[in-house]
Amino acid sequence: MASGAFYALLALGLSVIFGMLRVVNFAHGSMYMLGAFATYYGATLFHLPFFAALIIAPIAVGLFGVLLETTLLRRLYGLDPIYNLLLTFALVLVIEDLMRLIAGPLGSPYATPPALDGLTNLGFTLYPTYKLFVIVVSVAACAVAWWVVERTPIGARIRAATENPVLVRALGIDVKRLVTVTFGAGIALAALAGVLAAPTTNVQPTMGDSVIIYTFAIVVIGGLGSIVGSILAGFALGLLQTLGAVVFPPISTTLIFIVMVIVIVFRPAGLFGKPETSG
Amino acid sequence: MTRRATVFALVLGALGLVLPWLVYPVLAIDLVCFALFAVSLDLLFGFVGLLSFGQALFWGGGGYLTAIVLARTHVDASIAILIGVVYALVLAAIVGAIAVRRAGIYFAMITLGVAQIQYFSAFQLTSITGGENGLNLGSRGNLFGLGMEDDHVFYYVALVLIALGVWFAMRIVGSPFGGVLQAMRENEQRTIALGYRVNRYKLVVFVIAGGLAGFAGALYAIGNHLAGLEMVDWHTSGAVVMMTVLGGIGTIVGPIVGAGVFESLEYFVSKTPIGEETNLVMGFVFALCVLLFRRGIVGSFLVPRAGRVKH
Repeated sequence: MASGAFYALLALGLSVIFGMLRVVNFAHGSMYMLGAFATYYGATLFHLPFFAALIIAPIAVGLFGVLLETTLLRRLYGLDPIYNLLLTFALVLVIEDLMRLIAGPLGSPYATPPALDGLTNLGFTLYPTYKLFVIVVSVAACAVAWWVVERTPIGARIRAATENPVLVRALGIDVKRLVTVTFGAGIALAALAGVLAAPTTNVQPTMGDSVIIYTFAIVVIGGLGSIVGSILAGFALGLLQTLGAVVFPPISTTLIFIVMVIVIVFRPAGLFGKPETSG
Repeated sequence: MTRRATVFALVLGALGLVLPWLVYPVLAIDLVCFALFAVSLDLLFGFVGLLSFGQALFWGGGGYLTAIVLARTHVDASIAILIGVVYALVLAAIVGAIAVRRAGIYFAMITLGVAQIQYFSAFQLTSITGGENGLNLGSRGNLFGLGMEDDHVFYYVALVLIALGVWFAMRIVGSPFGGVLQAMRENEQRTIALGYRVNRYKLVVFVIAGGLAGFAGALYAIGNHLAGLEMVDWHTSGAVVMMTVLGGIGTIVGPIVGAGVFESLEYFVSKTPIGEETNLVMGFVFALCVLLFRRGIVGSFLVPRAGRVKH
């Protein structure tokens, strides 16, 4: 279930970015990795406590995302979206190896904050407190993101700009800035997942590598661009993966991709996607 | 063919002939294998506009199957290669039937996801694939009855086979079938309106590309005495996309040049102090390529109007 919380955050960010920019951000896993490293270096260099990192790391990585969008991605908007996929793939290679140079390939552990260590009694079972915390934060972040996009004036503009950017620009709204902010927010969500992941795994440069492919499969299942679809598919597949690991361990790594194939066969647009959004 | 292109083809051919005397022979073998691998991707991406980000599925699948047959039996390597290619073709038919239902970015993500199924299978079925260590081959065996242990001998045999593969790809592109493919890339709706069943065409070219990638992978595995996990890894799928785009998509010759430049540059960087971080350089070069010269080396300098994928 806790892995579902990471997937939901990552898939949500990827979907929000895709909905607005038509860019599939291959570097999403790298932003997740940077979120974890920001937490780690925040603690070792600046004695930044975990709860502060929870706020500061996503903002810092989100700003880095804004920088990438304004200097690089923006140059390719007029072209086939495939080119931005390729550009973000190049970014994966550069960012990952830069972190290898800085931090070394092996990575470092990050201790679970003492306040969240131990087990919590849920009445029917004992559950690790930290995992519970991850789920609560993830659900809260997903709920806020959904609320912002679906229920606020800014969200209305984002949705309108997704449908028809030219018309929205004609209404006097700065679409360029809206795109930048949306991209930064999507990256911040990935970084938040990275912060939450730091205590659960070794913080290392390749940690985003397998995560990004799973996230791709999840957004294909949920329907790329669909916020609700991405969140639900993220949690559902995290749960399925955990169950799969209990029932038949070898299948847990491939289960998500098998589900993806089944979904593509029966619902090519994904479970919550609109059929016409191909390509 | 323009005069410039003829001269270029001759230079490329001559370079192919002397390559194992210029560089370490196994690197030369890798280079020509990747060249055909990149050509297979170009058939899809350059000529149909379908970006496969899971092409390692066929390259690695062909490589593993060939290595498995060679490690367990004493058949001629040609039989092993044939089995590897057939496996790649069957995989491509199944995956293609699923993937061609979607285009663009979805196609890329679906091919990537499906390729991961094979990656994890190769990782976990250790008794067959050797798991993390990969499958080592004690010897290359005989190909068409000829001993293959000498690197130079194997290189020239591989070169001939790969040239045949490239020639086949060029024939496909130049045929009426290739014309329909390019029509689909330029305007799919109109091609449908003309009565072509585009998904069937996409599937056929996907299977052909899968077979060529499997063939190249089979030769690569024999050449290296190894079918390893990195052959089925998604980074390899990414690397072949980089080679193809770097060389110039939609040109067939471009990906060959791209594979050569990419592999040579990577080899060169691996000998420098940042040899563990070659991707830093490769990623940087590729980013520049995508941002500044999307038509690639050959597309920019040689074929004035090639690779017209919405620039």
